[in-house]
Amino acid sequence: MTPAVSFQKVSRHFGAVRAVDAVDLEIRPGEFFAMLGPSGSGKTTCLRLIAGFEQPTAGHIEIFGESADGVPPYRRNVNTVFQDYALFPHLNVIDNVAYGLMVKGVGKAERRRAAEEALKLVQLPGYGARRPGQLSGGQRQRVALARALVNKPKVLLLDEPLGALDLKLRENMQEELKSLQKALGITFVFVTHDQGEALSMADRVAVFNDGRIMQIGTPEEIYQRPASRFVADFVGSSNVLPPDFVLRYSGQRRWGSLRPEAIRIQRAAVGDGVPATIVSTSYLGATTRVALDAGGQRLNAIVPAGSPLPEAGEAVVLTFNREHLHVMEGEA
Amino acid sequence: MRSDRSASAPLGLKIAAAAGLLFLHVPLLLIFVYAFTTEEKSYQWPPPGLTVKWLAVTWARPDVWQALTLSVQVAAISTAIALLLGTLCAAAISGTRFFGREVISLLVILPIALPGIITGIALRSAFSLAEIPFSFWTIVLGHATFCVVVVYNNAVARFRRTSGSLVEASMDLGANGFQTFRYVILPNIGTALLAGGMLAFALSFDEVIVTTFTAGQQQTLPIWMLEELVRPRQRPVTNVVAMVVVLVTLLPILAAYYLTRDGDQVAGAGK
Repeated sequence: MTPAVSFQKVSRHFGAVRAVDAVDLEIRPGEFFAMLGPSGSGKTTCLRLIAGFEQPTAGHIEIFGESADGVPPYRRNVNTVFQDYALFPHLNVIDNVAYGLMVKGVGKAERRRAAEEALKLVQLPGYGARRPGQLSGGQRQRVALARALVNKPKVLLLDEPLGALDLKLRENMQEELKSLQKALGITFVFVTHDQGEALSMADRVAVFNDGRIMQIGTPEEIYQRPASRFVADFVGSSNVLPPDFVLRYSGQRRWGSLRPEAIRIQRAAVGDGVPATIVSTSYLGATTRVALDAGGQRLNAIVPAGSPLPEAGEAVVLTFNREHLHVMEGEA
Repeated sequence: MRSDRSASAPLGLKIAAAAGLLFLHVPLLLIFVYAFTTEEKSYQWPPPGLTVKWLAVTWARPDVWQALTLSVQVAAISTAIALLLGTLCAAAISGTRFFGREVISLLVILPIALPGIITGIALRSAFSLAEIPFSFWTIVLGHATFCVVVVYNNAVARFRRTSGSLVEASMDLGANGFQTFRYVILPNIGTALLAGGMLAFALSFDEVIVTTFTAGQQQTLPIWMLEELVRPRQRPVTNVVAMVVVLVTLLPILAAYYLTRDGDQVAGAGK
């Protein structure tokens, strides 16, 4: 199967800065692909390379089997939902949505009909006559989505599209984007620095750091079996364990990770497990996070709210299923 | 509260403000009044009598028409040059980051900060050094130096407010460079250009100093007025022309003000 997007040793350097450094990547047709990483990790540059706003310094990009070398953005069958939405302030909503069809020379009646349909798709029917300035952030986001989708792109690029929305709206949009993607079958490439967003929405996630991809996998793989300390730390605040600690429980002298929810706390001074002391507890609603000190090793545990909790300073014993201790193959 | 908008200013401040405005505008009214006086050799107050015959006399004077035509032509062409160069320059300065960007920005604005007499002398020596004879075109070049600044300042302010991602969005949606300019950039900077152009026109229309240094035998309207003042012949004709100049320059400046009042600086309006 021809990949929707493929990167072969793609680099993009800005002077001495290696924004993207020899990245290999294959995005499958019809998948919801997330690029996750901290700011400056190269994920947005990768998106811009697919859109055509940047050209690779080295390497080769193909979009559905066609070479994208030197192809300008306006000749790529790829559309972008921008972080700031970039709606045209001088045009009303319907003309914004129809813009792509207008510059391609589609007739006025036809493009109005298509734009109305796209607005219906994003649940903004009848908003055509308004100006972008009269819309809320969430509505603008939907217009930006409609404006991209009306062109029937082969790949839809989304650059932190939910970043500017408040929490409640963001959760709604996450579900909506996901069902929209399923319904349309278009390949979505989604850039975010929010690991929760990436895990909940994507079919596969690429974790970026320093211009490189640290790991590509399904959300479960990334979360349960992080390949490196960086991934373990960035995706869901896992406990990163040094080789000496891991050696005692797995027999391998390698870095490991342990999910905070895999740790159980027993109120006992001695026992079968890891002796530790409670440093602090934070109430998170459905759960409580407990910071622990196990012989100098800091650990975080997440326990269900309501379970009886020891006081700070108290000695406890930690137990966990050894299968949950993940040994990171990616670390030396 | 002190910051209450409806709070009235103290009486002293009101009087001072009124006095300031009167000081600025009463002389203008005097010029208007003298345009209708019956005394033609000197400015005598109060006017011995009022007449409208100077309007007809002015209309019939070919030298007035010559000067007016020249001024309009110079202003129109300088403005056209300024619109082109000023916009391109603003696009380059705001669209990209490069070494020396701030310096170039300053160099573009400098001609309007410099006294006109410096610009005039500099241009005059440059023209004679290059052995360019003084003509209509040397006047245009002289005026273009400060007209470019006005257009540039207006355009650069608007470019700054126009998000760069709009251009990218347009390209992303399939528009090539020309279409992007036609459908996105121009509508977004249009009013700023109109405002800048009108200001440039008004500046050029009443310019004296740079013109004196760059003109040959030609007389633009302001130069003509200056010459006319020392001649004791049909004096109120000058006043009629002055009145027309005030109206012709005031209207575009007012229009420019209304077009850009939503936050843009109408830069250089005070020159």
